[in-house]
Amino acid sequence: MRDGLSELPPIRDPQSGADHAGDGLKYDLQGIGALAVNPLGDRIINAFFREGEEFTDFRAFMRVLARFRPVEEGKSKETGYPEPMNSRLSKLQFAFQLYDQDSDGKISRAEMLQVLRLMVGIQVTDEQLACIADRTIQEADQDGDGAISFEEFATSVEKLNIEQRMSLRMLK
Amino acid sequence: MFLLLPFDSLVVNLLGISLTVLFTLLLVFIIVPAIFGVSFGIRRIYMKTLLKIFRWATLRIERGAKEKKHPLYKPYVNGIIAKEPTSLEEEIKEIRRSGSSKALDAPEFELSDIFYFCRKGIETIMDDEVTKRFSAEELESWNLLSRTNYNFQYISLRLTVLWGLGVLIRYCFLLPLRIALAFTGISLLVVGTTVVGYLPNGRWKEFLSKHVHLMCYRICVRALTAIITYHDRENRPRNGGICVANHTSPIDVIILASDGYYAMVGQIHGGLMGMIQRAVVKACPHVWFERSEVKDRHLVAKRLTEHVQDKSKLPILIFPEGTCINNTSVMMFKKGSFEIGATVYPVAIKYDPQFGDAFWNSSKYGMVTYLLRMMTSWAIVCSVWYLPPMSRQPEEDAVQFANRVKSAIARQGGLVDLLWDGGLKREKVKDTFKEEQQKLYSKTLVGNHENRSRS
Repeated sequence: MRDGLSELPPIRDPQSGADHAGDGLKYDLQGIGALAVNPLGDRIINAFFREGEEFTDFRAFMRVLARFRPVEEGKSKETGYPEPMNSRLSKLQFAFQLYDQDSDGKISRAEMLQVLRLMVGIQVTDEQLACIADRTIQEADQDGDGAISFEEFATSVEKLNIEQRMSLRMLK
Repeated sequence: MFLLLPFDSLVVNLLGISLTVLFTLLLVFIIVPAIFGVSFGIRRIYMKTLLKIFRWATLRIERGAKEKKHPLYKPYVNGIIAKEPTSLEEEIKEIRRSGSSKALDAPEFELSDIFYFCRKGIETIMDDEVTKRFSAEELESWNLLSRTNYNFQYISLRLTVLWGLGVLIRYCFLLPLRIALAFTGISLLVVGTTVVGYLPNGRWKEFLSKHVHLMCYRICVRALTAIITYHDRENRPRNGGICVANHTSPIDVIILASDGYYAMVGQIHGGLMGMIQRAVVKACPHVWFERSEVKDRHLVAKRLTEHVQDKSKLPILIFPEGTCINNTSVMMFKKGSFEIGATVYPVAIKYDPQFGDAFWNSSKYGMVTYLLRMMTSWAIVCSVWYLPPMSRQPEEDAVQFANRVKSAIARQGGLVDLLWDGGLKREKVKDTFKEEQQKLYSKTLVGNHENRSRS
């Protein structure tokens, strides 16, 4: 049975229940009730696995979770070092990935509609959804190509406190 | 070789004497009190002694860990991440307000909405309310059982010796004793109820049946060294009622049935269980279903209704969760028993995991392994609260009634009241719950307007 995982540090000893070797991780994740009722649950689960793969290892799993670490205060950006996993940019990339399923770097109108449809289920008509999608693309699209690129996405949410919204604070 | 002979007979004699002494002690201290329902209080003294030893053991581990300057593994009882208890609506509004420069009162979709679902999803992967209910509860202090020890490497020599002694006592003394008692209890039950079954129906039969049942369950209670504290016994279930309780293990049945005379409900099994079932139903009317009948909900409801309407019949014992939960929470009650219309007598059972965890993790252990684990623990300590009877009010339906009873049980037992279905142990969640979430979200998109024009 899968137990909750803690981030570094402290990492819980694998023998007490954390998933090992990722066998059946996808199945376990799909079994989490609160995740199954999340309209974007499936997409979030797929974010842990590479394209078409059913398995992953613990490191890869943790790398995805690491994006949700709170950003440390007062750390200045060091040039020459790779982008930290939990930076604003990484968090934005994670969210963008949920929209952009074919990973072409743009959210097309079709992809927009897909996500909207997932989030509302059967509650909203096609026409209303199309209206919403068109309006959103129109507002965010700056270079007029009818799709939202990553930069346009980042610009449209620049006022938002992403560091806080996309971070999970560990209890001591 | 001839010199060994007198020695042999000496050994045989000693063996014979010790066995006789043992059985006499067994009879006097355990079986006779069980028959009459009295207690010498030996188990409680045993419990107090054990507590003192456990406290010492924990202090020793903490001291050892401090000396070696290693962090101890401490179980997080309240979860590992900080969660804010806000609703979907509030949070989405928050996100939209803070991210956009528009004056937002009209509901409108924003790209930033996705952050809410993202975060909620990852939160549940790290720590969700349900999964941790299906594995054994983690203890704050060590109870000298290696199965509950997470800090094994910090034990001193003295502690290891104590643990070794504990293993010896549990496996070589307590286990055979308990198996002997269990054997006695079960055989007495089968034989006793079969004999009573031959009597003609009447007052005598009822009286004897009741006492045979109670006596055998009490012997089984002692076979597990179960130390039970009953509260509010004046609320005990009466004829024509239904007794509902939270379910942690098959032992729940023994615990409740040793203090009251109930009619059991269940499916007929094969083997030993089946033999017991067939025997007890001769003495008093339990409700057993064939495997094929269990699927037919109407048939089940009909038989139960017939049973409760007959006031001379015993109260039914039912566990509405449908599966074993690890005794930290109460999960959704199935509404079947609450539709019948009888008075419901709720009972809350809370185990103290310090002495032995009674939770049956059926995906990890089979029945026999589970019973062996029970019989090699120190003791099973639990509290039983009999709550005042409840009936369905005219304005509530079966589901609301079930939830009301569930809350009462959770509150009394100090357990968390969860809305989730215990069936999540084995199956995926139903789509209706996802639709609820989608409905809530749609309201933030298109508002509550029912008559939006469909172009």
